[in-house]
Amino acid sequence: MSILPEAQAKAILTKVLGYSKADECTAQLTGSTRGNIRFARNDVSTAGVTDDIQLQVQVAFGKRVGIATINQFDDAALERVVRRAEELARLAPENPEFMPAVPKQTYMKTDTFSASTAGITPAYRAKVASDSIAPCRAEKLVAAGYLEDQAGFVAFLNSKGNYGYQTGSSSDYTCTVRTQDGRGSGWVGHNVQDVAQFNAGEDIRVAMRKASASAGAQALEPGKYTVILEPAAAAGLVAFMMFFFDARSADEGRSFLSKKGGGNKLGEQVYGPQVSMFTDPAYPGAAVYPWDDDGLPRKKMPIIQNGKLMTMNYSRYWAQKEGKPEQAQFGNIIMEGGTKSTADLIRTTERGILVSRTWYIRMVDPQTVLLTGLTRDGTFYIENGQLKYPIKNFRFNESPVIMLNNVEEFGKPVRVKSDESDTVMVIPPMKLRDFTFTSLSDAV
Amino acid sequence: MGGLVLPAMFGKVIAAEELSSAIDVALKKSLADAAMNSAKSAGATYADVRVGRYLRQFVITRERNVENIVNTESTGVGIRVIANGAWGFAATNELTKDAVARAAAQAVAIAKANAPGQSAPVQLAPAKGAGEVSWRTPIVKNSMAVPIKDKVDLLMGVNAAALDAGASFIRSILFLVNEQKYFASTDGSYIDQDVHRIWAPMEVTAVDKASGKFRVREGLSSPMGLGFEYLDGAASGKTVLPNGVTVYGNSYDMKEDAIAAAKQAQAKIKATSVKPGKYDLVLDPSHTWLTIHESVGHPLELDRVLGYEANYAGTSFATMDKLQSHFQYGSDKVNIVADKTQPGSLGAVAYDDEGIKTKKWDLIRDGKLVGYQAIRDQAHIEGKTASDGCAYADSWSNVQFQRMANVSLEPGKQKMSVADMIANVEDGIYIIGDGSFSIDQQRYNAQFGGQLFYEIKKGKITQQIEDVAYQIRTPEFWNACAGVCDASDYRLGGSFFDGKGQPAQVSAVSHGSSTARFNGINVINTARSLG
Repeated sequence: MSILPEAQAKAILTKVLGYSKADECTAQLTGSTRGNIRFARNDVSTAGVTDDIQLQVQVAFGKRVGIATINQFDDAALERVVRRAEELARLAPENPEFMPAVPKQTYMKTDTFSASTAGITPAYRAKVASDSIAPCRAEKLVAAGYLEDQAGFVAFLNSKGNYGYQTGSSSDYTCTVRTQDGRGSGWVGHNVQDVAQFNAGEDIRVAMRKASASAGAQALEPGKYTVILEPAAAAGLVAFMMFFFDARSADEGRSFLSKKGGGNKLGEQVYGPQVSMFTDPAYPGAAVYPWDDDGLPRKKMPIIQNGKLMTMNYSRYWAQKEGKPEQAQFGNIIMEGGTKSTADLIRTTERGILVSRTWYIRMVDPQTVLLTGLTRDGTFYIENGQLKYPIKNFRFNESPVIMLNNVEEFGKPVRVKSDESDTVMVIPPMKLRDFTFTSLSDAV
Repeated sequence: MGGLVLPAMFGKVIAAEELSSAIDVALKKSLADAAMNSAKSAGATYADVRVGRYLRQFVITRERNVENIVNTESTGVGIRVIANGAWGFAATNELTKDAVARAAAQAVAIAKANAPGQSAPVQLAPAKGAGEVSWRTPIVKNSMAVPIKDKVDLLMGVNAAALDAGASFIRSILFLVNEQKYFASTDGSYIDQDVHRIWAPMEVTAVDKASGKFRVREGLSSPMGLGFEYLDGAASGKTVLPNGVTVYGNSYDMKEDAIAAAKQAQAKIKATSVKPGKYDLVLDPSHTWLTIHESVGHPLELDRVLGYEANYAGTSFATMDKLQSHFQYGSDKVNIVADKTQPGSLGAVAYDDEGIKTKKWDLIRDGKLVGYQAIRDQAHIEGKTASDGCAYADSWSNVQFQRMANVSLEPGKQKMSVADMIANVEDGIYIIGDGSFSIDQQRYNAQFGGQLFYEIKKGKITQQIEDVAYQIRTPEFWNACAGVCDASDYRLGGSFFDGKGQPAQVSAVSHGSSTARFNGINVINTARSLG
């Protein structure tokens, strides 16, 4: 059991601070129980559970910082980890950008924990696998998937008296279903904080339908098309762009948010007027811890409002240097949208392409956030409001900034997780014009 | 997939003086015996035990500042068993006989629980026990023993040189790895290995505030299976290319490269934008390694071919029928080998993480597909009677599985220098260094960028150009290979953090080649305007 009760966590943190002889000390406990089950070729391949608690100690002598961690909690181990951090701090040169530990803060409570997710058992994971595999076997399809769940806690205390404790949970399910002849492939993903909202038996039907429907794809010429990106497909591009919302890089002239001649684009119209995005640690169904890695309190903040850039991420050092107030780094990304489903967006589309999922997205040019990647697991041609036929996958070369200036309509946002970012995101299906596909892929 | 992973994932942080120590071999053997005895009494028909101590050090700098110095250590024991024909795995960080015996019994219980749903029992290719043996990466200087001050001084000198040469910004990093791995199995192996790796990446940025343009030139070093001697900057490790760019083999001059990067990043801002179209590409080994990695190394992993990675890394276009028919993967100039023994490479070990003696073997010979990369429980599927020796786990707490060996393009047999090759190109682009990379889930369609691009007209390098990316369909690309320079130009590139599996694991892998030419490849222009 890797969730320490609050009193026990606080007692350990207090003891650790007592051992420190440094000018300042911050101790943080992070614990979790993580379970997983993996299956492929309609068989379970691996399953496991890992319990772990880590204690991280950061100390500073003047502007020299040392960090050490340990996962043992007897008194000798606690003192040893403090001494190790202190020794590293003495070896390190002074960091002119050193920022002292944050003073005492007040944090809101956010709803990050669900007992049902924390209560997941090996039998539950086995049932998720069998609920995914059995219908595929019955319809001569092949499932490969993965469920990972975790429940844990974070607690911290620094020598200025700043303290926090909270528990959290999450669960992430993905499954790829392929036809036996390899001509069709579909995918489904479901990322939730409360596993009570998840039903593998229902989700698997989405991947199965797409697998069957995507077989026998036809080739379309690469070029610019109106597209409907399902939320999971859009999330990959948006998540990538958010890595580059750092104010310092923009002020230094090396970001898509840099202004010609110097400075950044804060307050400018960077996106189309339909685009609004905010961060909110308490957002229902997508809540995150109410503090960032530095211990700054998170609060609801607009990031983009009607296309105008409202907020960028400032490190504590850069905020101080630029005379800006300190603010927590974004904890989650919530995009506003409408009420329509993906199916509704398809119904109002004369000609276009439905993209179920995007894949292997990489930066091509940071100057414009030009990204390349591919479609996969269900790409369809839309004509007169209907899916007409499956089409071969495309490679795209597109900037999310350009893409979000070409918005036709957003549908109803849902919680999603992109392949390569752990950020909790709520993203709508997007209907976009002039999305740039540059070549065809034979991959299924 | 390849990419930087933050240091935070690598376990507990330790003090510098503990980095040169190791766990006593007798203790490791006694723990392994305790685990194997426990597994056998619980009903295992096979067991292997990995006692691992994984040390890493990171020194991270930007401009005139050291941002972070981190030492991490992760120690523990991973036990894998076969019981009732199924795999089971459990791991513990407690180095006591009782704890490992308990973990072994737990692994057997998991195997027995998994067995009823299994379609067929695990079939292990036979392996002879290695007895009690040891091996160490043949390093000259143990990176972990080099004082932190020397490392900080090196990077501060590099950064100052780049800034003095006109760079606007520089980030430079040292990543140092030592894996102390002990493997024992019920086949009779007790293998103690001490593996060392080093990487010194940097990123140099030039900004022109007036035009709002900026360009980055990354370092031209490679992560290597070497000690700190890699950073000596020996003349024997340098090659000056026909356009005056210096590239590096088994020794790296980081300061020299930083100065060049600063100048070249500024030149990139002013360089002519490429005209899209078909070009003959001349690819330097500092670039080609990544194309080999993505379009040959990954598709020829047998677990991908079989579908075990379908939900994450993907499958492969190079299906079993293509192996049987010796599919024409490339032109007759293309000979590609897998090799877990190559000196200086990231993947070099004497035994893999299943205790199999490592080797070199053919994947593509004279352009034809002739082999995959397979481990013990896959060999029979390929009709082989032995593993290829390419199992790896990135920690004691993760189960070992099939990972890519060093996969390399053999040099051409005819004498040919880079200058000879360029002299015969009418309308081409010369690409140095790896850049953006993306490939589909079956490894057909890929797109690659680079660090430095030069126009070739009528056999001459004419000017530096920018905004270049090329798009390929894998078999067409390798069949367009029109020549490979001779062995005098052969160099290694590689990835420190190649990702695969769920939960995800990373591995380090090298890819060697000499400069190679590919005819008629589609080049796109990547410049865009945000208005």
